[in-house]
Amino acid sequence: MVEPSASFFSRARRDIKRNRLIYLMALPILAYYIIFHYAPMYGVLIAFKDYSPSLGILGSPFVGLKWFREFFGSYYFTRLLRNTLLISIYSLLWGFPAPILFALLINEVRNKFFKKAVQTITYMPYFMSLVVVCGILVNFTSSTGVITGIVEALGGPKSNLLANPNYFRTIYVASGIWQNIGWGSIIYLAALSGIDPALYEAATIDGAKRFRQILHITLPGIMPTIIILLILNVGNIMSVGFEKIILLYSPPTYETADVISTFVYRKGIVENNYAYSSAIGLFNSVINFLLVIAANKISTMTTEVGLW
Amino acid sequence: MHRKSRSEALFPIVNACLLTVISFVCLYPVLHVVAASFSDPARLNAHQGLLLFPQGFTLKGYEYALRNPNIISGYKNTLVYVVSGTVINMILTALGAYVCSRKNAMFVRPLMMLIVFTMYFGGGLIPWFIVLKNLSLINNVWAMILPGAISTYNLIVMRTSFLGIPDSLEESARIDGANDFVILFRIILPLSKAVLAVILLYYAVGHWNSWFNASILLTSREKYPLQLILRDILISNNKGAAVQNIVSPVERNQYQDLIQYSTIVIGTLPVFFLYPFLQKYFTKGVMIGGVKG
Repeated sequence: MVEPSASFFSRARRDIKRNRLIYLMALPILAYYIIFHYAPMYGVLIAFKDYSPSLGILGSPFVGLKWFREFFGSYYFTRLLRNTLLISIYSLLWGFPAPILFALLINEVRNKFFKKAVQTITYMPYFMSLVVVCGILVNFTSSTGVITGIVEALGGPKSNLLANPNYFRTIYVASGIWQNIGWGSIIYLAALSGIDPALYEAATIDGAKRFRQILHITLPGIMPTIIILLILNVGNIMSVGFEKIILLYSPPTYETADVISTFVYRKGIVENNYAYSSAIGLFNSVINFLLVIAANKISTMTTEVGLW
Repeated sequence: MHRKSRSEALFPIVNACLLTVISFVCLYPVLHVVAASFSDPARLNAHQGLLLFPQGFTLKGYEYALRNPNIISGYKNTLVYVVSGTVINMILTALGAYVCSRKNAMFVRPLMMLIVFTMYFGGGLIPWFIVLKNLSLINNVWAMILPGAISTYNLIVMRTSFLGIPDSLEESARIDGANDFVILFRIILPLSKAVLAVILLYYAVGHWNSWFNASILLTSREKYPLQLILRDILISNNKGAAVQNIVSPVERNQYQDLIQYSTIVIGTLPVFFLYPFLQKYFTKGVMIGGVKG
């Protein structure tokens, strides 16, 4: 019994009355998102102000794009951009194919017990906390550590590897692969199990060997999954998480390790330079937002599977 | 033709070797840490190469680690944060997911858009920090619970699962006079046990692992969660933390590594006991979440 002529307000009043319990439930949710998500979005205004806590967000004088100009003109800008992109690209280049190859290998195993054992063991690093993983890394790459020993045997220096800017990205990317290779393969294994076994049978009858079967049946079968994950990953290329880097880097490695998010953390939280670091954070958020939108558009166009 | 069939026969062996090596690399750090934590410190320091078995045997590392009051208090705090944080997470996420799964209320769609938007854009670390500061959440234990009270991703996963429950169940309950709370708690939630278990574990493990918020929001050590204590002990910029309750400087040097290894074991033990359980439900979670989101 909804008359189309009823005004928005009378419809709204009726709707609220009818669904008042639902809106009551929504209140704490709304409050949470306003306080912890939308208030900071409003607070990002300080990126355009000479913020001082005593004057507040509105009271602080407006300085326009001063902080952005300062950042783009600074020595750090190119270094941070380079490090952010390089860490992302290397992670993608090495870290993205690894679980796919791993899933293909696991998929070829016929012995159920062996398969289960490999999976159980390789999923394990994913469940270790980042602090513990980094603690182990610090230990293994110290001047007397196991990894340092291996590097030394291969002709590298016998010194603290984490203090060497040349090794930081390698350590970051390799440890990421170590932690995620097993876990990341699950999604591909799920896709692999969806491939019709009749296809393999037919291929065997036609005389296709294992390698040809992988090339012509297995890979096409998981291609949609690969493409979607790849596009989403490319969309996140400018957002390198700061937690692991903060745990692993140190002033001697800033040259290769410092990324935009860690710089924001240092300038803002450590040095209390709120307005300046908010501006850098905003710059990064806007780029991330645009990249994710673009990635999603491309994903929707190419595979008809998007996030929205 | 002959060569081809030979490589075909060889493949399973090569594959098994490759997978064994990968598994060993994944497992090795765990073996090393456990073996080292029981090792005699002098022999441990002299040891070269891979470490698979304890060198000698001592429980000194564990003794010193457990005598460190910070580890005990960190454990207690983490337990409090995990339990209370997860309870609040589950209540709010279930409420939010239920609200967002309602199709007939006119303000649900705008609310949903408001929620989803936060997945793609945020004010950033510093404005967020300033908001928490203004709410006097600095060095306040609520800072470990409230700012992460809802994970939007989990909310959406739960909503998708709620949407999969047939409307007819709800309609018949409504005819019997059930209101929305009754429908949520008596019908929807009991039918969603699998997704609830997955999301509960996601939240709980998230609280267990989290250290960054605590590191910028908490200032007094008595409130630190375990991971932050572990960071102080394990990550080199604060080496003294491992041996702070040992008086003799000789012992300090000798036991530092050993205590670090024991601390890692103590700090990871609960995850290892729960591992089979976690693995099962997290794997399920990957399937539920899917790529389609």
